[in-house]
Amino acid sequence: MFNPDIIKPENLVYKRTSVLTDNVMHYCPGCGHGTIHRLIAEVIEEMGIQEKAICVAPVGCSVLAYNYFDVDSQGAAHGRAPAIATAIQRLYPDNHTFTYQGDGDLAAIGTAETIHACNRGENIVMIFVNNGIYGMTGGQMAPTTLIGMKTATSPYGRDVALNGHPLKITELLADLPGTYYVTRQSVQNAASVRKAKKAIRQAFENQKAKKGTSFVEVVSNCNSGWKMTPVAANKWMEENMFPFYPLGDMKVDGQKVSK
Amino acid sequence: MAIKGAIVFDVEHCKGCGVCIPTCPNQVIAFSKNVNNKGYNYAEAVNDNCIGCTSCAMVCPDGVITVYKVKL
Repeated sequence: MFNPDIIKPENLVYKRTSVLTDNVMHYCPGCGHGTIHRLIAEVIEEMGIQEKAICVAPVGCSVLAYNYFDVDSQGAAHGRAPAIATAIQRLYPDNHTFTYQGDGDLAAIGTAETIHACNRGENIVMIFVNNGIYGMTGGQMAPTTLIGMKTATSPYGRDVALNGHPLKITELLADLPGTYYVTRQSVQNAASVRKAKKAIRQAFENQKAKKGTSFVEVVSNCNSGWKMTPVAANKWMEENMFPFYPLGDMKVDGQKVSK
Repeated sequence: MAIKGAIVFDVEHCKGCGVCIPTCPNQVIAFSKNVNNKGYNYAEAVNDNCIGCTSCAMVCPDGVITVYKVKL
């Protein structure tokens, strides 16, 4: 197939980062979690902060994140990752504490901890994976589920009169004075992955400079919960999620970005 | 000057999601007819048009793709 002369160490342009362990991730095929894990691990490797990074794992699909990151980790009670990260970062101010949460953890049960940690301006990095559904428990409706979207607990589609409106928590957090960097990214194609990596890098750089809370939302797919193939789920996400959750920076250097 | 690339898949870690297939600008990747030990039809390179752009490696959720590139 390929010329074997090409496959040599000196021609290597990309390989899996060593900050990820060799464990096979338990995520469904095509799930954005794996990509986002890899981006965080690559940023940690590039910045040379593997010894200083501390991951706070949530409850949800990514509950076993500590099996995949080769950094110190702490599991948190459901939704309480920002509270745990606050304590860790205050005790070890020169370390890099980051939380990794899904929408059920960050935007539902952990709303209070999320908002107060951001409002206090804790010097932590928060990675928020938004797929609009409760993936781990079998695809129930989440606060971030789109209007009209079918889930296990809204089989006729989300109805505003019955279920209320979807929660745009990232816009909410951008209004708080404590946050320094708030952005929304996605990982469905190569260009968006590169942008998301830049945003995560920016978040960790802000933390290094002790600027305050950096919040990166990543709109991701849940092909099992949405009952689609991975490629179809990415397409559905582009057509339906992005109009409601527009991508881009919301707050840069502590100043809101005017759209 | 021609740019040639090569991609190597970690077959046992591939879950056959196929996200890399539409990402490739030169249609290098396709599903294999064979399955790995977990029963997934893993992705494989089917021609040598690779230019080493790393797009497939960027989107791979499980990081199974290693990319090599050389200028001839």
